[in-house]
Amino acid sequence: MLPTPLDLYTQTLRGLASQWWWPAVFKPLHFPQISRLIGSNPFQRSNSINAGQSNLSLEKKMWGIVRQKVGAGASSIPALQRIRPAASSSRYYSSAAKEMTVRDALNSALDEEMSADPKVFLMGEEVGEYQGAYKITKGLLEKYGPERVLDTPITEAGFAGIGVGAAYHGLKPVVEFMTFNFSMQAIDHIINSAAKTNYMSAGQISVPIVFRGPNGAAAGVGAQHSQCYAAWYGSCPGLKVLAPYSSEDARGLLKAAIRDPDPVVFLENELLYGESFPVSAEVLDSSFTAPIGKAKIEREGKDVTITAFSKMVGYALKAAELLSKEGISAEVINLRSIRPLDRATINTSVRKTNRLVTVEEGFPQHGVGAEICTSVVEESFGYLDAPVERIAGADIPMPYAANLERMAVPQVEDIVRAAKRACYRAVPLAATG
Amino acid sequence: MSFSASLKILQPLPLNSTRSNEKPLFFDPFRSPSKFLGSRFRIPSLSKSNTRSRSSPAVAVSEVVKEKKLKPSSNLLITKEEGLVLYEDMILGREFEDMCAQMYYRGKMFGFVHLYNGQEAVSTGFIKLLTKRDTVVSTYRDHVHALSKGVPSREVMSELFGKTTGCCRGQGGSMHMFSKENNLIGGFAFIGEGIPVATGAAFTSKYKREVLKEADCEDVTLAFFGDGTCNNGQFYECLNMAALWKLPIVFVVENNLWAIGMSHLRATSDPEIWKKGPAFGMPGVHVDGMDVLKVREVAKEAIGRARRGEGPTLVECETYRFRGHSLADPDELRDPDEKAHYAARDPIVALKKYLLENNLASEQELKGIKDKIIEEVEEAVRFADESPLPARSQLLENVFADPKGFGIGPDGKYRCEDPKFTEGTAHV
Repeated sequence: MLPTPLDLYTQTLRGLASQWWWPAVFKPLHFPQISRLIGSNPFQRSNSINAGQSNLSLEKKMWGIVRQKVGAGASSIPALQRIRPAASSSRYYSSAAKEMTVRDALNSALDEEMSADPKVFLMGEEVGEYQGAYKITKGLLEKYGPERVLDTPITEAGFAGIGVGAAYHGLKPVVEFMTFNFSMQAIDHIINSAAKTNYMSAGQISVPIVFRGPNGAAAGVGAQHSQCYAAWYGSCPGLKVLAPYSSEDARGLLKAAIRDPDPVVFLENELLYGESFPVSAEVLDSSFTAPIGKAKIEREGKDVTITAFSKMVGYALKAAELLSKEGISAEVINLRSIRPLDRATINTSVRKTNRLVTVEEGFPQHGVGAEICTSVVEESFGYLDAPVERIAGADIPMPYAANLERMAVPQVEDIVRAAKRACYRAVPLAATG
Repeated sequence: MSFSASLKILQPLPLNSTRSNEKPLFFDPFRSPSKFLGSRFRIPSLSKSNTRSRSSPAVAVSEVVKEKKLKPSSNLLITKEEGLVLYEDMILGREFEDMCAQMYYRGKMFGFVHLYNGQEAVSTGFIKLLTKRDTVVSTYRDHVHALSKGVPSREVMSELFGKTTGCCRGQGGSMHMFSKENNLIGGFAFIGEGIPVATGAAFTSKYKREVLKEADCEDVTLAFFGDGTCNNGQFYECLNMAALWKLPIVFVVENNLWAIGMSHLRATSDPEIWKKGPAFGMPGVHVDGMDVLKVREVAKEAIGRARRGEGPTLVECETYRFRGHSLADPDELRDPDEKAHYAARDPIVALKKYLLENNLASEQELKGIKDKIIEEVEEAVRFADESPLPARSQLLENVFADPKGFGIGPDGKYRCEDPKFTEGTAHV
């Protein structure tokens, strides 16, 4: 299939997809609208299982609505450079460049774990013939067949519960929610049926299941589709809650989650799927896993600690970069695991820097940042030289209008400002003290 | 005033009359030499394709059984041994639950306790046909399902007492009975919640056969739930998927006509629940849930279908609970006449009568069984009463299968390795 001008246009757009403001995917309900804009019919029973079809033509269905304001950024060169060549294989990392998209990281983790353990299977909406609403499960149906890659009807409560029931009997389901917003339809099974059963059965019945899918604010999709569930699931005993940022995180944590004997909520971010990260040979090894419950220090520093997870890690790193130009050395902690929370790493860092900024996309009240603040107040109160700065999403349902939406989620400049406040505010105190 | 409901209650079973009138819509069991569900019809249609299975027949089997009983004594429905097993199981269920009520009022157990009195024919009729490997998924009214499935009565009683010798060490409670050994996987306290989990258990059997190549895996799952649940979405989601994937499951509706204080007739647009089976391409069967022999006949066929890989069945057992919804329910809405009507149809009395009339057991034998059970239940209470409360160290155990799930502590070590962890005093 020759690339049409439209394909090239979509390529450009896809490159931009790694930008935070790039629009997201919707439930299939919205597809006719998208297809008018993009020019492909998503309801066509695609030959998508055939290897011949390029990644792009599969993915162009997904990259949605073209918004006028995007035009301004369309020529941005760094974004264009992230485009994968249309002919590249799905195993992008195997080429010379040791870079890998988060999408491929997740896909390869699923692939390897399915190949290693026949008890692992995937279920969810559009995971099979459609190759995944976000193409995370691309190629797996072809490889493992419909018995192990199950397309379900649109029945979140039903299929999440079925996954849990299968896990009771020792299978290892990976249940995909098209987005975590839909997990609210199944939250009863995640919490009541999955998280509590090992305890209620006094350890007789463990529930080795993974619930995964994109979480958090996408772009332009309104209040019901833009929400972070880290604090929701993070508050529930019996669950492990992971939020990867980079390709290394995605691969290592997903593989660890699938091997784990307990229920894991795995919060991805759709705006990171297309983003590439350098990966080491160790990360590419099929035995690689990242430890659950351990945070990663992404950047060392001595003046202020910034904790973040998922997409916000990228923002925190950008902020740290800007801060370094002003002589502030920020330490960035990628939490990776929301529950269990690596309090040790956070507190050790705070005892070193004496200042803390927490960053999350979710709502502020009872959020992940609130828990981190508490932990630091409890364990390292005497080390704090400044009040803790907590950056979170605005305490409102997500507005649709792009300008309002931008204001509703943390931005790099918010982090920079907060870090400066923490540092500068402390200076006179330290001087007089 | 109060209301249309009470008017309807006066004829407790308006359902029955409509049922027989509608027979022409469905396959007529009396014309078929095979016993139930038109098995001769079913096999070709189901084995060919999913689409054709949509038209699989549904039968109100209770009629069949009635028919059989009219042709007297020539072929008995059970052997003596089977009859005694059923009788013992039902007596155990009844005696156990009566004891629970006593113990609840004496403050030995607490919280919500939902008793099964009156519905024993369903639990016994179905579960006694299962193997140990088969799975049962129950509701909050789960004590008797656990007993029928083989969980020792002392362990169930002890669980209700909140003692560490309970089947879940006191961590589950009345509404959350689990036994891995007996493949009882809950104990689900929310309406509809157990159905997808049961469907997942049935899915596992299929997966074991098709993917893990355990060709001999014929395990069947029974999902028990009530009439109230049949208005919940998860019921329909799972009927669809179970039929779509031909899972080895039987959906057993214990229609006791009341969802707490909501009459089934006041809550449901079409009260004939069994009809929902054919709508999803599986047989739907209605059976008199106060008659263990009828239940058993239907169960045999439905479980057999599942075991043979022919897919799910929906069975509506029309039954009645002799007590309130839970022991905290004042039970003011149900009409005394209705209660009397069903009390007269006590399934245990009916089975006893059948056994005696057909010379399958003597009065003496049945009394012997009853005495044995009374002793067993009293022993269970003694056992539970004397058992220790859960130790403090138990508090933090079993949250995760992997004890490292608690993460890494301030000392950089896994929290579970902290000695205080199992003393229940670690900061988690």
